[in-house]
Amino acid sequence: MNKKSYFKIIRAGINTTFQDQGRKNLYHIGIPFSGAMDNRNYLLSNALVGNNYELPVLEFAYQGPLLRYSGKKMNIAITGDVNFTIKRNSNFINGICYETFTIEDGDELDIISTNKSVYGYLAVGGEFSVKYQFSSCSINTRANIGANKGKKLESNQKIELTRLNQNISYRKLDYINTKIENIRVIKGTNFDYFSEEAKKTFFEKEFTISKLSDRMGMRLEGPKLENIVDTNIKSEGLIKGVIQVPADGNPIIMLSDHGTIGGYPKIGVIISADYDRLVQLIPGSKIKFKEIELSGAESLFKLYELETQNLISQINEFN
Amino acid sequence: MIKNILNLGDAALYCDFGQEVNKDINSQVIKYFKSIQKTNIYGINNLTPSYNKLIISFDLKKTNFKNLKKLIENLDIKDQNNFKNDKKEIPICCDENFALDIERLEQKLKMNREKIYNNFFKKEFFCYMTGFIAGMPFLGDLDTNMRVKRLETPRVKVPRGSVGITEQFANIYTFESPGGWNIIGNTPSKIFDSSKEIDPNLINPGDTIIFKKITKDQYQNYNE
Repeated sequence: MNKKSYFKIIRAGINTTFQDQGRKNLYHIGIPFSGAMDNRNYLLSNALVGNNYELPVLEFAYQGPLLRYSGKKMNIAITGDVNFTIKRNSNFINGICYETFTIEDGDELDIISTNKSVYGYLAVGGEFSVKYQFSSCSINTRANIGANKGKKLESNQKIELTRLNQNISYRKLDYINTKIENIRVIKGTNFDYFSEEAKKTFFEKEFTISKLSDRMGMRLEGPKLENIVDTNIKSEGLIKGVIQVPADGNPIIMLSDHGTIGGYPKIGVIISADYDRLVQLIPGSKIKFKEIELSGAESLFKLYELETQNLISQINEFN
Repeated sequence: MIKNILNLGDAALYCDFGQEVNKDINSQVIKYFKSIQKTNIYGINNLTPSYNKLIISFDLKKTNFKNLKKLIENLDIKDQNNFKNDKKEIPICCDENFALDIERLEQKLKMNREKIYNNFFKKEFFCYMTGFIAGMPFLGDLDTNMRVKRLETPRVKVPRGSVGITEQFANIYTFESPGGWNIIGNTPSKIFDSSKEIDPNLINPGDTIIFKKITKDQYQNYNE
């Protein structure tokens, strides 16, 4: 009998959760998509270790976990912009994103921090054995659904692994994440609730990402946006990327774990092509919104998808 | 009927049924919601019915706004009321430890608590929508003499099971959550049951809800 492979969590990190593509068709009962915040980096991590792209991965924010591995040789890959090391006996191996590392029994994988970005992803050549709820393992800490009883991971927990890939050859992708400063936005359904000056300000002035940002939403600081109609609307559905403006005039962008219903006017919606790069912006970053029409947003999304597919096909395998 | 369909960003349709909040408009929203749910249209990955809007989210890899708008506009919506709506009774304990805002309500409504509870418990509520947090029902309508604004300073933590009122609506906090509704009691009933993969919500849009007052003993020994 083979003994089971697993990670023991020595340090959990700030917000370490299992994520996958998220869950669909549940908005009407109050459950958002969730899923990996940065979808491209999620897909790439699985592709690098030779997995089905939609398998669960570990998502971490800022400081990642310190994991002690026990089991057979296994490939791992980390994506994003992440500092990490692998400690084998008393030697340290410096980790590099977008390439596989083969870990062995007793190794310690220390995901020290993300570098000027928020989220990073750890995929294993095999599967995390996790519970699915509503067709997804994604941990939604607000409703306590998903793997690990819907709670973020904690120290001393064990993460069991199954179906390890036999193939542990080295795989690599040449890729560097690009930063985004101009976020493209389609006007929202309440755009006309705002004064002429606020409309101009919204598309011309800089906003700063506040510390009060998490998987649910991103709060912005900067010039206040004056509402001249009503600072409340009758509560209605929200989607990720919606920019709501409450009475204080500071915009809030809805992110993957957002509440499904909201009553603040919607000034705009972030285009799908810019979402992955938006969520990676750390508090203190300055952003500007640029207006775009629907057809432009659709073309940019096609291009973004094509780029992601190209990246996956550019992963090289070495023997 | 849908008055207007707009795009909300590049991956959602915003279907506008009007401005008012009433049962007639909301029933139209629910009718569309349930019909679309049954029709199973390629690319749609979420539906959010609310008082007078329906948001249809879709996978931009599979379809786009223009195509879906055409499909929705030409959809044959069943006019008969053939969707079954349930009537449910929800127990609430109004012990002082649960009725966090009853004193505030006595002042704001200029009514004693007996009167407030009488008005509340004799009411038959209609569920307009569920959401914000998983399973939270938005119920209406309270009589005009029972309407009060949210707390000036919302609570950081409203206990799970709390039943609150604000304006013409009542709701139930299915999870501990921040919130500003006026809390009048607490239900031991599981309004959202995540162990049920199908129908985790006890209360669904279109349902009729009545509340039943229970004692603290009944609350503590409550068994579904």
